[in-house]
Amino acid sequence: MAADTASPIGCASCGGTGACGGKGIQTLREGVWTNNPISIQVLGICSALAVTNRLANALVMGGALIFVTVGSNLFVSLLRNVTPRRVRMIAEVAVIATFVIVFDQFLKAFYWDMSKQLGPYVGLIITNCIVMGRAEAFALQNPPLVSIVDGFANGLGYAIVLALIGVVRELLGAGTLLGYSFGALSWYTPNQVMVLAPGAFFTLGFLIALYNVLRGPQPEDAKP
Amino acid sequence: MEHQTAAFIIVIAAIFTNNILLSNFLGMCSFLVCSRQLETAAGLGVAVTFVMTCTATLNYAIYHWVLVPLHIDHLTFIVFIAVIAAFVQFVEMFVERFSPKLYHALGIFLPLITVNCAILGASLFLVIRKYSFTQSIGFGFGAGVGWALAIILMAGLRKKMGYSNIPAPFQGVATAMLVTGVMAMTFMGFAGMVSIQ
Repeated sequence: MAADTASPIGCASCGGTGACGGKGIQTLREGVWTNNPISIQVLGICSALAVTNRLANALVMGGALIFVTVGSNLFVSLLRNVTPRRVRMIAEVAVIATFVIVFDQFLKAFYWDMSKQLGPYVGLIITNCIVMGRAEAFALQNPPLVSIVDGFANGLGYAIVLALIGVVRELLGAGTLLGYSFGALSWYTPNQVMVLAPGAFFTLGFLIALYNVLRGPQPEDAKP
Repeated sequence: MEHQTAAFIIVIAAIFTNNILLSNFLGMCSFLVCSRQLETAAGLGVAVTFVMTCTATLNYAIYHWVLVPLHIDHLTFIVFIAVIAAFVQFVEMFVERFSPKLYHALGIFLPLITVNCAILGASLFLVIRKYSFTQSIGFGFGAGVGWALAIILMAGLRKKMGYSNIPAPFQGVATAMLVTGVMAMTFMGFAGMVSIQ
């Protein structure tokens, strides 16, 4: 079940890794750890890198993704028997876009500052391969209840990684956490690079390496 | 404030100082997956540049001349993605009909472009940054060229890295990330050359 990154056209079927035969708790474990959308499938990293300069942004983005994957998985699964195969992609995109619009309008109405900080990245959830990948690879073949669990698991796996990156980057880049500074850290000179673009790449690179160490060697890992 | 910024300045800024991949992290999925070979990277880069220029123009027109006057700009996302998908489909049919050779060269990349978040991102940016019509065309083109530049550079670096002895946990994506980080840092050296918001 390694990411299908081995073939040059692997990105065609973003997340088409499928093969999630498990149910319930098994599905949950796969989404969060063994088949984590970011560190294993390497999907949806655009927003994982872009909004993690502050922990608060990362948490909101994680919440947004959980909401959208659960919602779209549920509806794609409910509609799976009536959707003609040829138009399934466009149907999925329509369902996903609807949920993204709902979340975007919610942010704009109640959390205007956050909405402005996240900028275009809320809208970009539509093209986030995780959502599309789960709809395509899981929700199309499975009943609604398990699809909800799968959507939640993958959203959660994504949210956890985002929160981790957010913690590292805000702590090292600004010396704060959720905007609060610590007295114990007053000696630390914040390293601006961590808040800027390169810091995001470095943090995620080391995080994936750390994950690989914890997971142990895998025989079928893709070569660089 | 920068309503008067010339389109040409925006092109340069979108390529170097505000590279859509290295400073806005858009289009990472295909960037990582399709940068293994130089030819693939170049082909995808050209296709992305073309589609991005055209969809940015189209989406600008639709947003300012249809969605805003009708007060349905909450439908922005769904309309933009539909425009992009339809445009890609149209280009695919057009190229297939008139230039089978080009179709075989670009064929597999075109469908991928629909799900490339850089394309949608560019359209969303020009709404958020309130670009004018010519500025939007410049931004779409510049962002595409910037993305192509980044993926071609990456493909070259990856070829080189194939001969390096990388520790096991860092193989694959981890190293690609670190290399991209160094690249982003290098591109930060362009900051101050020109600036857009």
